[in-house]
Order: sequence, then structure tokens, then C-alpha cells
Amino acid sequence: MSSDNTIRRQDYQIITEMIEDGSTVLDLGCGDGSLLLHLKQTRNVSGYGVEKDDRNVLASLSNGINVVQSDLEQGLAGFGPVTFDYVVLSLTLQAVHQTEAIIDEMLRVGRQVIVTFPNFGFWRHRLQIFLGQAPVSKQLPYQWYDTPNVHVLTINDFENFCVSHNARILDKVVLSERGRPIDAFPNLMGALAIYRFDKG
Amino acid sequence: MTRSSIGDVHPQHMAFDEPILLKSGETLSSYQLTFETYGSLNEEKTNAVLVCHALNASHHVAGTYNGDEKTRGWWDNLIGPGKPLDTNRFFVIGLNNLGGCHGSTGPSSVNPATTEPWGSTFPMVTVEDWVETQARLATKLGIETFAAVIGGSLGGMQALQWTIDQPTRIKNAVIVASAPKLSAQNIAFNEVARQAITLDPEFYGGDFYQQKTLPRSGLKIARMIGHITYLSDDSMDVKFGRSLREDVLKFNFDTEFQIESYLRYQGDKFAETFDANTYLRITKALDYFDPATKYSGKLSATLSHAQANYLVISFTSDWRFSPKRSREIVDALVANKLNVSYGEIDSPHGHDAFLMDEPVYHDLIGAYFDRVWKEHKDE
Repeated sequence: MSSDNTIRRQDYQIITEMIEDGSTVLDLGCGDGSLLLHLKQTRNVSGYGVEKDDRNVLASLSNGINVVQSDLEQGLAGFGPVTFDYVVLSLTLQAVHQTEAIIDEMLRVGRQVIVTFPNFGFWRHRLQIFLGQAPVSKQLPYQWYDTPNVHVLTINDFENFCVSHNARILDKVVLSERGRPIDAFPNLMGALAIYRFDKG
Repeated sequence: MTRSSIGDVHPQHMAFDEPILLKSGETLSSYQLTFETYGSLNEEKTNAVLVCHALNASHHVAGTYNGDEKTRGWWDNLIGPGKPLDTNRFFVIGLNNLGGCHGSTGPSSVNPATTEPWGSTFPMVTVEDWVETQARLATKLGIETFAAVIGGSLGGMQALQWTIDQPTRIKNAVIVASAPKLSAQNIAFNEVARQAITLDPEFYGGDFYQQKTLPRSGLKIARMIGHITYLSDDSMDVKFGRSLREDVLKFNFDTEFQIESYLRYQGDKFAETFDANTYLRITKALDYFDPATKYSGKLSATLSHAQANYLVISFTSDWRFSPKRSREIVDALVANKLNVSYGEIDSPHGHDAFLMDEPVYHDLIGAYFDRVWKEHKDE
């Protein structure tokens, strides 16, 4: 759990830097609401979380966060177009079944979208596959049989997706295993990717 | 935190002499409201919570009368010392709505102008009228602003209406198993119930009091129909299934299945205790409720002046007011950037789940009232 929390902190830090003061944020899969709480305190955002799990809904509510209990796989139908300045999907893209539909929905209800995901192309993952094992790491901390991840993807995969789906990348941060931003060979050296994009 | 009952409680009455112009255009020159209170009002009068009742409940929300367990209030599992709506913190008010039959002025009350029961001449009352009378009661009790207004079903509609009509006098609205307006199917069920009552020969056009009778069979059928809509198919199956009262089929029209027996019992009990004219008027108030009509049907526009924070809760097996109906409220609130949280509780108990002690549901309400309490202390 502690490594998971470290990744989350790095992830939250970059997301926070991408978000303007006083904006409105929809956080999909908001967990206990800690990202929104952080954004409320540091960026004065007004925000809503979407969360499926009962315990997380209760935790978000207790944290003073607006939370809407819903399965995001069912889409965001209730939210009107361009309702939020940002729609955030943090460390969840790889666990979503209806990836295309959800990104479409995020682009519909938000002016901009921020997604973060573990990079399957990270050299440590490649090495494990080369050695004949499904990768297990701080970023992908599950065994093949208990993972919630259904669509593991690389940084290159995601950028190709953006091109084919007319999403315009506005900002991109790739973090090393130690949480440091890197520029060189991101698809090989990057453990975690954070993208901000819009409809283009 | 230990949970306990509020113990014995006593109804109170408040008389109002200032006439009220009702939404129907009629005026009531004076009226009385019956209510109960639990907990104590703080010096600043900022910890008051109003509980609004649904179709067939009353001001008796929590506690008992004379230690009699059978008289326990209808939302006693939620409200009391240490309970999710904690009477150690909040001053909780339950009232019988205008037009009711539990002490507040209604069709079975005596019309001072004629010294006869109002009966058929009692005016129609609406959710807006109730909010107005509730606000007047609050004023008389010295309460300028409610920390929260809470209700389930029709009670939730009153909480929602409060935030529209009295935006500066309500800080939080808790809306459970409710809807922003009735569907055609909802109105249809109400109409069947009304027809059952008005076609009962003992109804006498609503003036049965003078005939010293009651439209018992009409009320009974109305209650049986209503009761079916409060339960889910699954919960009826679990509770009754196809169980018979006796081991063999009798091939007659007596009560053979347990569900028949249960519905008849519920209907009979209700017919003795509830006023038919009140039932008719409350179902009409449900049908008329549609705060968005003033804004060309747009609920988000209707809520554009609201300032409250909201908790909206629905239950997955509620087909009377399904989760979809609650989401309409939530989405209109989000469109206005109002603070709202929404819980969709996985429950097999249908509409009636809002009256039950379901931990996930009560934990949400408890957590929300913790927030209300902290915000109220920070001010």
C-alpha cells in the first residue's frame, strides 16, 4: 500500500499543477475523495467525485467532498455538456472496460480532460515480459489473476489513440520510477504518464 | 456512541390566525398545526432540523407515547440520541402537514364558520402550501434558518421545495427516495386509489362524517394498492412467496395466500386510522408537485436561486421513485454547481427501504449530519 500511496501522491501533485485556481473538477473513480480534497484546499476548486463503491462514497462524504454514486462504465449521461473545466481519471484508465466511450464522455462533459496511467512500456515491465512473466511493479502491483487492469497500455499507444480520436494533447508529464519528470525515452523510462487534452 | 430512543414524547399544537392563500386560490383564515420536538434548540437557534412526512405518516417521528412500544415514531430508527440524526446535537421537529388527520387542521376538523366538519369543502393543499406553513411554524418557534430539512418520498419533495421557496432559510436538504415530479404511472396508481375511495358508497361525496360512517373499503383498497408500490417484487417474494394460510387450496375467494392476508390486514388497519379526505388530498398534492413548471419544465432553472447543500439518496429496488428520478434532481443541482452528494443504496426493499435500518444508508445520513454539525459549529 505504501508504494501505491507514493505513486498517488506524485500523480496528485502533477494533476494539481495542471489545474487552474477556482475551476470546476469532476473526478472519476474518486476513491475517498483525497484528490478533490487536496484540490479544494490548494486550488479552491469546486468539484464532484464519481464513485461506485459504498465505502468510498461514505469516505468521500465524510471528507466533505461532493460525491455522486455511480458506475462510470454506465457513462456520464446525467451531466450536461461542458459542465466542468476538468474531468480527471487518475490511475483508472487501464481498469476501464469501455475506454473509448468513457473518453468520449469525458470530452463531452469537460472542457479539458486529465488522465494518468501506469506505462506498460516501462523498461522493468518489458524485462519481466522478456523473462516470461506478466509484469508486477509498484505501478502495476497485481498478479495476472487478481488485477483489476483490463487494458494495459503504453505511452505510445495512448498518443496514437489521441491522434486517431482527434484529442489534442495540451500537456504531458512522464515520471520515472522515483517520481522525477523525464524527457528522454519516455516510453522506455517512464513509469507513470499524466496527460491533459481536449477535443482539439 | 450509544444509540438510544428519545423515550416518551408529547405532541404540541400551534394556532395560526393569519390567513393563508393557498396555491389553489382558496384562503384558509385560520388553522392549527400539530408537531413534536426532540432535543433542544440552542441559544442561537441554529441547530433545528425539520422532518417532513410522506403520504401516510404524521408528526410522530420518534419516541413513544406512555412507554408503549407500539407507538414508536415512524422514523425512530434514524432519529434519537446517538442516532444518525442525533438529538443530542440537533433540535428535531416533526409536524403533521396542513390537511392531515393527526391533529393539524384538515378535512376531518371542524370548520369554525359552519361548526361542521370541513369534509368535501376543505381546500386542496400542495407541497408549496406545506412549505409555507412549515416556515410559519419555524418563525413562531423563533427559528430563522433550518440547519437541515429532511424527508423521504413526498417528504423529500418538501425538502426540495424548501430550497426553492425559502433559499435563505435552509442550509441543507436531505432528499430520500424521492422524485422531482410524478410520472404518468405514479399518477395512475394515485388515481386508482382515489377512485376506490370516491366510489365507495360510504364516502358520501366526502361528507361521510355527518353520516357517522367511514368509506372503509375504499380506503382499504387504496392502501393495498399503495402498499404494493412500496415493496419490490423480490422483497414480496422473500417475505411471502406463494405461501398459503392453510395447507390446501380451498377454491374460493377467501384469503388463501399469505400476501392476500397481509394486504387485507394492512388495508383494514389503515381504514380505521386514516382520513379518506386527507388521503385524497395528499395524493393530489403528489400529482400536482412539479416545481419546474414555472420554468418551462427545466429543473436546473428552477434551482438557479437555491443555496442549500444537498444529500440525495435512492434505493436500487425502488420502482415507485427509482434511482433515475433521484439522478434528475442530482443532475439539476450539479448543473447549478450546488453542493450535492448522492448515494444509490443497494437494497432489496423497494420504496419502503427509506424507513428501514439499513447500515449503508444510515451511515451516509450519519456522515452527512456530522458535516452539518461541524459546519454549524464553525459559523
